[in-house]
Amino acid sequence: MARVLVGVKRVIDYAVKIRVKPDKTGVVTDGVKHSMNPFDEIAVEEAVRLKEKKIAQEIVAVSCGPAQSQETLRTALAMGVDRGIHVEVSGPEYDTLQPIHVSKILAKLAQDEKADIVIVGKQAIDDDSNQTAQMTAALLDWPQATFASKIEKQNGELQVTREIDGGLETIKVKLPAVVSADLRLNEPRYATLPNIMKAKKKPIKKVSPKDLGVDTAARIEVLSVEDPPTRQAGVILPDVDQLIVKLKEGGHVQ
Amino acid sequence: MLRFGRVLNLSRNVVPFVEVNSRGLATAPQVARKGEEVEKATSEAKESQSFTMNLFRGVMETAQVFPFPQVLNEDQKDTLKMFVDPTAKFFEEVNDPAKNDTLEAVEPQSLEGLWELGAFGLQVSQDLGGLGLNNTQYARLVEIVGAHDLGVGITLGAHQSIGFKGILLFGTPEQKAKYLPRVTTGKEFAAFCLTEPSSGSDAGSIRSRAVLSADGKHYILNGSKIWISNGGLAEIMTVFAQTPVLDEKTGKEHDKVTAFIVERSFGGVTSGPPEKKMGIKASNTAEVYYEDVKIPVENVLGGVGQGFKVAMNILNNGRFGMAACLAGTMRAVTRKAVDHATTRLQFGRRIDSFGTIQEKLARMSTLQYVTESMAYMISGNMDSGSTDFHLEAAISKVFASEAAWTVTDEAIQILGGMGFMKECGLERVMRDLRIFRIFEGTNDILRLFVALTGIQFAGAHLRELQKAFKNPAANLGLIFGEATKRAIRSVGLSSPPSLSQHVHPNLVPAAALAAKSIESFGQAVEATLLKYGRGVVEEQFVLNRLANAAIDTYTMAVVLSRATMALQSGLPSAHIQELMTKVWCSEASGRVAENLGAIRSSQTLENFSNLSAIAKNVCENGGLIHINPLNF
Repeated sequence: MARVLVGVKRVIDYAVKIRVKPDKTGVVTDGVKHSMNPFDEIAVEEAVRLKEKKIAQEIVAVSCGPAQSQETLRTALAMGVDRGIHVEVSGPEYDTLQPIHVSKILAKLAQDEKADIVIVGKQAIDDDSNQTAQMTAALLDWPQATFASKIEKQNGELQVTREIDGGLETIKVKLPAVVSADLRLNEPRYATLPNIMKAKKKPIKKVSPKDLGVDTAARIEVLSVEDPPTRQAGVILPDVDQLIVKLKEGGHVQ
Repeated sequence: MLRFGRVLNLSRNVVPFVEVNSRGLATAPQVARKGEEVEKATSEAKESQSFTMNLFRGVMETAQVFPFPQVLNEDQKDTLKMFVDPTAKFFEEVNDPAKNDTLEAVEPQSLEGLWELGAFGLQVSQDLGGLGLNNTQYARLVEIVGAHDLGVGITLGAHQSIGFKGILLFGTPEQKAKYLPRVTTGKEFAAFCLTEPSSGSDAGSIRSRAVLSADGKHYILNGSKIWISNGGLAEIMTVFAQTPVLDEKTGKEHDKVTAFIVERSFGGVTSGPPEKKMGIKASNTAEVYYEDVKIPVENVLGGVGQGFKVAMNILNNGRFGMAACLAGTMRAVTRKAVDHATTRLQFGRRIDSFGTIQEKLARMSTLQYVTESMAYMISGNMDSGSTDFHLEAAISKVFASEAAWTVTDEAIQILGGMGFMKECGLERVMRDLRIFRIFEGTNDILRLFVALTGIQFAGAHLRELQKAFKNPAANLGLIFGEATKRAIRSVGLSSPPSLSQHVHPNLVPAAALAAKSIESFGQAVEATLLKYGRGVVEEQFVLNRLANAAIDTYTMAVVLSRATMALQSGLPSAHIQELMTKVWCSEASGRVAENLGAIRSSQTLENFSNLSAIAKNVCENGGLIHINPLNF
């Protein structure tokens, strides 16, 4: 039976209206509701299902970030993860933390924890990088199965259905492997209150990137963060003739 | 001395009435019952931490009001924060209130989800399968329920707020170990079975009867209950029935109410079809019949003959939850109204720019603020171990149910025709809300309960004073204090008790209004006692006005406390809280003055007797007496 490592990121909740800081160095995070990255929720759910199907025997969740990342780990624990690892990165170091750093951390932990499967969300909804699974696989030199919409275990290998442009691709990967979860892989369960209570007793280990031998020093500098340009207001036209006139004026029809 | 003599007589006579009447309410605190017990209760003026109780003697008791109770430790807060999202998510994504309303039942997968979620065992200790939440944590979660689905709220509340609450409060360790796991992880529904066809507000008049079997091992229960929430679903029931009890003093046997834990599986328990209702349709309401049900003697709950006390405590303990739940409802319906008001254009303007709409929204916000503050103040008092919260709990139920009605009505008004349409969802809330003014002690009965319990308390204190006059030497301090109080009042040097040291400087003028109300209240109660003597118990026109003044005064103190907390901790919402508190105190103190003035104004008293005459004539006529102006 396999040990599964799941990456979970704490992000601004999807329902929150994002506001850019006045000095344009980033977005406002203070006092803003955060939750687990939705794709990571799918990854956690899949890991829990693997355990329920007796394919996995233990699930370890990892989160890189400030102290509050422990809340995200607690959510994962309440969903059925067995234990958590909090890689504490905070302040300016966290502001410039990049997928390459997280990949190095995950790769190191995958080896330390003797994981057979690493599952992460395909991307985080805050920076939309979509790089961590790929780079983690490369660093480990493991096969990768990204954008998974179905995972089955057959003869010691994983058969993964991937969502690709215009269709599906089914691949087989040998274990150990790295998988990234796409939207349609599953519908994550919500944590029940009794499980949240139980999760409080599950262990969370705290480590630093330095403990793992990963240098998280910034390679980039954020120059400016800006709101998308606001759309111009539309106009209501009285009839179709007017519409055609306007469309012609705009060069949309001839 | 003549004055005090009258007060003495009065207080001796008030108590038995309150006792009789409060038996009728399913709401009274533990009032002593017969003979000597009554005498004992009246001869010693009890001290109380209750703000409202002391209000009746014009005393400002702030222990439970200032500062605003904050009872959660860091761990409890963290746990609660983690509970909020999944609970909200469940109600947003899984539960469908409109569908439940149409089905007239909670959808099976929704019910199953609620069991999984742990929502049916919030306050049962963890080792018995629950979540072990205190009242404040409970309040926060039922707020979410109230925001989404009141039908589900009743299903949950009938189960844990009253259904098995008796086992939590009065159960023996064996009863708890046996039944609490079953009503939490065992997924068995519970119900509270008190009301009968001939016994509504007058709960002491129930006819269900349980008699000890010849071998002394069982009680044999016969009777029927109506309008039992979860009555068709419940496996475990808290049932109230008359049992013969031997009075050791007189050697006579008489019936007293006893509470029992009854399992449907005992045999002889049946229930009727779900009742068709105006609202909270999703919740099951049914008649339950008991025919020669054999209840093991170990299933007596809280002692033989103690049933009335058990019932009152269960209801008293659950009322704050209704306020918390309805605070959630008001938050949700206000949001709908705001969404509409800030997007709807009429006469070329957004309608929230009109004063008419502004006043509605501001009042909706304020009513919610008052209700919510009260719910959490009472839950905080309860969590701090207070037992003096009965009047406040009753006030919170009355206020919350009326505020939620007004707020939802105004939300519909703001949405206009859209609000009237089923699709908007507000009409369902309006229907669901109507029952909250009726059940668990009607608001009318609860008002009388507040007024009479307060008067009884004040009367007992006045009687102490009268006793002191009999032995002036030993009681100089007491007499001197009272004499000074009265002297100040009579020469018009009155400087009312001050609340200013408890509130933020911005709120000192508002606090002065509240303090003035407290002082006037004590005077009005005393004058009422002197005027009506024992007859005050029949003066419901007067009692209702006293109750309304008590409600307004208590709510002023509550919001002063909460807004002070907000201002002191610099919350972003502190300014708005301050504004709402100022408006509330200004208007509520005005109403207090009006209500207290009314009971002493000859004009109003004439109105009361006229109203009484009108009603009497209408009743004698079997309907309205006047025909239309056409006279046919």
